[in-house]
Amino acid sequence: MSAKVIEEKKALIEELLEVYPKRAKKFRKKHFEVSDQENIESGKCSIKSNKKSRPGVMTIRGCAYAGSKGVVWGPIKDMVHISHGPVGCGQYSWGTRRNYANGKLGINNFTAMQVTSDFQERDIVFGGDKKLEQLCREIKEMFPLTKGISIQSECPVGLIGDDINSVAKKMSKELDIPVIPVNCEGFRGVSQSLGHHIANDAIRDHLMGTRELEESGPYDVAIIGDYNIGGDAWASRILLEEMGLRVVAQWSGDGSINELAITHHSKLNLVHCYRSMNYMAKEMEKKYGTPYCEYNFFGPSKTIESLRKIASYFDDTIQQNAEKVIGDYLDEMAQTMNKYLSRLKGKKVMLATGGLRSRHTIGAYEDLGMEIIATGHEFAHQDDYEKTFQEVQEGTIVYDDPTSFDLDFLSEKLDVDLIGAGIKEKYVYHKTGIPFRQMHSWDYSGPYHGFDGFKVFARDMDSAVNSPVWDLIESPF
Amino acid sequence: MRQIAFYGKGGIGKSTTSQNTLAQLATKMGQKIMIVGCDPKADSTRLILNQKSQNTVLEEAAKIGTVEDLELEDVLAKGFGDIECVESGGPEPGVGCAGRGIITSINFLEEEGAYEGKDFISYDVLGDVVCGGFAMPIRENKAKEIYIVVSGEMMAMYAANNIARGILKYSNNEDGVRLGGLICNSRNTDREAELISELARRLNTQMIHFVPRDNIVQHAELRRMTVAQYDPEHAQAKEYEKLAQKILDNDKLTVPTPIEMDELEDLLLEYGVIEDDTEKLKKLEMEEAAK
Repeated sequence: MSAKVIEEKKALIEELLEVYPKRAKKFRKKHFEVSDQENIESGKCSIKSNKKSRPGVMTIRGCAYAGSKGVVWGPIKDMVHISHGPVGCGQYSWGTRRNYANGKLGINNFTAMQVTSDFQERDIVFGGDKKLEQLCREIKEMFPLTKGISIQSECPVGLIGDDINSVAKKMSKELDIPVIPVNCEGFRGVSQSLGHHIANDAIRDHLMGTRELEESGPYDVAIIGDYNIGGDAWASRILLEEMGLRVVAQWSGDGSINELAITHHSKLNLVHCYRSMNYMAKEMEKKYGTPYCEYNFFGPSKTIESLRKIASYFDDTIQQNAEKVIGDYLDEMAQTMNKYLSRLKGKKVMLATGGLRSRHTIGAYEDLGMEIIATGHEFAHQDDYEKTFQEVQEGTIVYDDPTSFDLDFLSEKLDVDLIGAGIKEKYVYHKTGIPFRQMHSWDYSGPYHGFDGFKVFARDMDSAVNSPVWDLIESPF
Repeated sequence: MRQIAFYGKGGIGKSTTSQNTLAQLATKMGQKIMIVGCDPKADSTRLILNQKSQNTVLEEAAKIGTVEDLELEDVLAKGFGDIECVESGGPEPGVGCAGRGIITSINFLEEEGAYEGKDFISYDVLGDVVCGGFAMPIRENKAKEIYIVVSGEMMAMYAANNIARGILKYSNNEDGVRLGGLICNSRNTDREAELISELARRLNTQMIHFVPRDNIVQHAELRRMTVAQYDPEHAQAKEYEKLAQKILDNDKLTVPTPIEMDELEDLLLEYGVIEDDTEKLKKLEMEEAAK
């Protein structure tokens, strides 16, 4: 890649920024960077992140409540999660994340349910603590097998200053199950990222290290930061088990409250989504000396690399097993890649997702011969971007908290073949005739993790990019 | 570390009493103290810092954009007796949510580790516990001892009883908040000490100290100083020293028993703070008839 191309990309960003008023332009400029030899090698980038979005732009970010209830706590299946506050937050976050879980609804799996305290004027004026107590009692009465309750604060609860912590303590005692308060009011922080952190802290304060594992073994590992979207964690777990490891906990996709409470017995914590759960991985390393290992199960290249990396923490047996597992899948993966390579080779992809996938899925696209020409995160921090830069090719535009205008502009100017972003972006691009995949919850598909997931991933990308339907759309503009 | 809080009716002299007392606690008893001002007016630390007002947590956070980007050093100031001061600050009267502001500030201070190495954290809280936010300092794991500043005036005593009610609500378990006592900041009303002692008894607490009225306090305040700094040998300084010692040694921490309005009014009648309505009406009618 020549220096000329990098200069062209930088000029394109300048052109994009022209649309913004002076101050907004100055601010937004810091959230773009083009990759070059230097920042790819070192990861040292100057891109600004985790800053408050500018008023007036359409950000694709969510809120702290979304980060806690939607991402971290929501998937824990044997607990009832209360959306505490007015009904809207609970209603619109109901079943949108496709975190699958085994079990029987209402018995040992409550993930498909939505429980809210449905605040009224009265609760704002007089406080909602009594209603919350009542709600906890009703949950226990209706679902006596529930293993715990989490209280997810919505904005007004924090505003009127209700003390959910003391209600939780009282109810824990009365109902004899853990009732865990999470102060994840939506207005806290600049994005859902703070919600992840608050949710992690609640696990630390109320569950971490509270229960014992009957018999622990030398190969016990925990999956941290896999939310089992479309079955991702299952597709990952298979590989880990095939190489002889014992998965003692899944955080938090298809996970249970007991798994969270025994994870300190794990020998190695495997971190997939670093952004949303690095806090707990680091906490367990600090407190229990459990090492953690980041891995990437998107696409065969990264999966193979990760399996070897994970195995390197264990003895020869596991390392040999890992090689065998890799060998078992090689043919199948080669077939999958060959099948789609001719149809996808050279296709240009633009990504804009949360804090992980804009980096982690790059390898999977590259396994299919596709090129990532622009990527970036909604709510990543500096330590994420340092890793992201090391994954991209030279001349890639990297953006932070892209606005809808940024994405519109770039998708047009870069003449992209596929966009991977969230539900809020999806239909805009459908209407303009650009192939789109929803990369937060895999549209209605999945899993995408592991070798099994890659077959689904490859098929989905092909059916999006090469669908004849796009040629039938005529843009009125 | 002990976390204490001063409550009381607006204008009763909470900030003055607390700063004067804490200054003694720091200089005479060598305690490491931090004051957390929880009043949007942000005037809880001026006598310690000898300045009009300091940068508040909420003001600085608003300037930067979010409280997450704020650094402790931006809002922490050290004053007389090495007392560290923080003002929560808050919105202008009539807008926004001051209660939430207090929650935000206290969370910020705890997360930043501002309390490490201190002997006393003292919260100075706005007159009435009007919403959950103003109760933040007395929640679990926050202030354990409350001192109510009161005088022999009717409204001050009403407020004290109301505050006791708030404390009761948050004192429902072993680690809950307790009432440390009433501080009588004298207004030179009749039988004041006796009255406040009686109120204290009924609230199941003590009048921990009777602070006599002395103009030296106002003179020091005009110079934005505590008496400890302005005239350390003055008799009034000794009064605050006594109060400081009593707080340091205080082991009478109780769950309050707030009284009903009727009982409080009877008490006030008994001490002649208010007159009986029927008596008053009779007097008025007699006066009118005489005209």
